[in-house]
Amino acid sequence: MNTDISISQVLILAAILFSLGLIGVAIRRNVLFMLISVEIMLNAAGLAFIAAGAKWNQPDGQIMFLFILTMAAAEVSIGLALIMQIYHQHQSLDIDKVNEMKG
Amino acid sequence: MNLLFSISSVIAIVSTLMVITRKHPVHALLYLIVSFLAIAVVIYQLGAPFIAILELIIYAGAIMVLFIFTMMLLNLGKETIDQERKWLQPQTWTGPVLLSLILLVELIYLLSKSSSQEHAITGMDTKIVAQTLFGPYLILVELAALLLTAGIVGAAHIGQHKRRVSHRFLEEYNE
Repeated sequence: MNTDISISQVLILAAILFSLGLIGVAIRRNVLFMLISVEIMLNAAGLAFIAAGAKWNQPDGQIMFLFILTMAAAEVSIGLALIMQIYHQHQSLDIDKVNEMKG
Repeated sequence: MNLLFSISSVIAIVSTLMVITRKHPVHALLYLIVSFLAIAVVIYQLGAPFIAILELIIYAGAIMVLFIFTMMLLNLGKETIDQERKWLQPQTWTGPVLLSLILLVELIYLLSKSSSQEHAITGMDTKIVAQTLFGPYLILVELAALLLTAGIVGAAHIGQHKRRVSHRFLEEYNE
């Protein structure tokens, strides 16, 4: 398959998606939406890996996407278990109420 | 400029924008699935059909099902939407959005300045990817298996319900 996409366009798309995920983490107070935004950021990083692998014609970019996928699956299972525990202890998903550690 | 790439990237950006502004979690998840579909189209055009299918199966399938199960268990209702409407005021989000947009403009400037030559993308064979994955990267595959096992054990440990009382002697004194 030959397409005429230049790599900088795909990288700009990945940068826009990453910034949207960053904005989502910054502006939401709901833990669930923050986890969704982290997923968006991980996906944008994977897209950048795919683009780089396609530019240099190496299989390493796709392999890195596979490992990002694995890491996202493990991270989401742990994060959702933490969200369930937070909701059962505080009856709320507000991130500002979970300040017991006083870091 | 490829037309298909332009359409799918615009769909991805718009649906991601809808994800981070929705009040209801289920609406946000539906827009997130649309965003993943559009990114899968982009990945397919980059010559990686296997990764595009994996994006659909694992991201839009498995991870979204996890999110939906959690929402069902949490039973988020109308009061959550009112709470979100109260939290999402303009004076809270203008600062982070402005700073992130400045960073994005810098990033776009750097990316568009560096490499401007058109580069023909040829599809990468999945066989080569598999041979590299189970050849030089074999130790990383085993580490990924270890990570998933640790994720399962951690989720099962964190997700279980604990008693409110922290110590059995304190419970005796209370009663």
